[in-house]
Amino acid sequence: MNSAAFIFTAIFTVAAALAAATLRKLMHAALSFAVALVGVAALFFLLGAEFVGLALVFIYIGAVAVLIVFTILLTRRDVGRNRGFNWGGAIVAVAVFGSLTWSILKTQSLAIIAPHMPALTVKQIGAALMTTYVWPLQCVGLLLTAALIGALILVMEEKR
Amino acid sequence: MSKSIDQAFLNAKQWLLSWLAGSPTWMVQVVSSLINIFALLAVFLTLFALISVLERKILARIQNRYGPNRVGPFGLFQPIADGIKMLIKEDIVPARADNIVHFLAPVLIAAVAILTLGVIPYGRNMTPFSIDGGILFFFAVGSATELAVFMAGWGSNNKFSMLGAMRAIAQMISYELPLIISVLPVVMVVGSLTPDRIVAAQAEYTFGLVPRWFVFTPWGAAAFILFFVSGLVESNRTPFDVSEGESEIVAGHMTEYSGFKYATFFMAEYLGMFAVSGLGITLFLGGWHAPVRILEFIPSYIWFFAKLSALLFVYVWVRGTLPRIRVDQMMNFAWKFMLPMAFTCVIAAAAWHYCGRGARGWLWSFLVIAIVYTALSMLLDTKRKFAPRVYRFAE
Repeated sequence: MNSAAFIFTAIFTVAAALAAATLRKLMHAALSFAVALVGVAALFFLLGAEFVGLALVFIYIGAVAVLIVFTILLTRRDVGRNRGFNWGGAIVAVAVFGSLTWSILKTQSLAIIAPHMPALTVKQIGAALMTTYVWPLQCVGLLLTAALIGALILVMEEKR
Repeated sequence: MSKSIDQAFLNAKQWLLSWLAGSPTWMVQVVSSLINIFALLAVFLTLFALISVLERKILARIQNRYGPNRVGPFGLFQPIADGIKMLIKEDIVPARADNIVHFLAPVLIAAVAILTLGVIPYGRNMTPFSIDGGILFFFAVGSATELAVFMAGWGSNNKFSMLGAMRAIAQMISYELPLIISVLPVVMVVGSLTPDRIVAAQAEYTFGLVPRWFVFTPWGAAAFILFFVSGLVESNRTPFDVSEGESEIVAGHMTEYSGFKYATFFMAEYLGMFAVSGLGITLFLGGWHAPVRILEFIPSYIWFFAKLSALLFVYVWVRGTLPRIRVDQMMNFAWKFMLPMAFTCVIAAAAWHYCGRGARGWLWSFLVIAIVYTALSMLLDTKRKFAPRVYRFAE
């Protein structure tokens, strides 16, 4: 991996994530979160995992970020107001960070030099999804369809 | 001879790069991509200037008037006058607006539109940004438009802006589904997400006469129509421009923009139109291939831009012909008709493939589409012709 590009992307991502955590206005924080996700996608691109990076942009910027801003818009009346320091959130964040660091340091694979992996093409991923992992894929599809129909029924107009 | 004209731009680029002989590799790479970016911007911003005046001309002809004809020959210098006007206009930012978000929204929307233009093959070996999952890239980056529109609506701190942004996002999310699913049959049949491979798959001619463009198969024709209509919605064009309906909500998410920021939105809309049309050409209309074998001596990029102009003309034609439709009609159309038809195209493409891609496959896929189309039309027929109008919320 190109180290200069990596350092730049990493600083960009961390800065955006910090902005998301510390910005006063909730909407600014949500938008910085989307920027941080772009940085993560760029990291995947640098690693040669094109498909994962594109899927990340597709799902998280195109759907999840829009969902978050809409949730903020529709549920909060004090969108523009300052929010105080959130101690609970800080504790959860530190706990997640700590457990992740602990598990990463515990893994054995860090010591071993990773074998050179051939770049994975989108075609190979598609073939794997349609052959080896076809049942999990279909189950996820069924679950999502059920969730979609459920959402529709929830908002359906009641017949008088 | 025709070969060298076909590759003229590539040769020019090679010549420019030959000046850098002896410099480090990274520098050559950076300069190479800069040349691509510059060419892309130059071509499409010129095309934007041209289409902005041509659209007004064509609309004027449709409405039986002259259109702009004062600046330059036939009014062709009109875009220059417009550009100067937009640049020297006062840039007004509302006092209660969120300055940063208000500023970033037009920047983001234009950046997204330019990025999506990068993955389209404009001619033989002429893809500015060639990656493995080009089609996926197009839609992944394109989905950021929704966020930009939201930023514009929310950052302006205005009711009309917010309502317009809500409408725009609702219609974009709804029509993104048929747009993407109508692309699926092509991806399935070619077996690749790379635009270059998709164009290469449409290179041959049946009996040496009819080109093997996907639009000439039943599933391809249906998918192309679905794709084109969804593309109209995605680029916020009439008859689907409810998000900026002047008679209802001023200019939607662009209400609080003036001067060059407004022009940037306008530009992004047109660039998005070019990108969707370009992708449609790549997927269904054979990309840069000639329609007849004997015309193959004409350079590939000329064919691409000829097809692009034809599609853009249809966009303007539709705008001049159809009235704006209502929001609820639009949503019903997306979820009850477009989406099932898009899935039908996928099934029809599968039928075409498993029946040997010949006359039999043609017949079977046509049958699948015809049956579903008829069934849907019968199901969605409300049988309430000329009923008196019922007001639910206003007396």
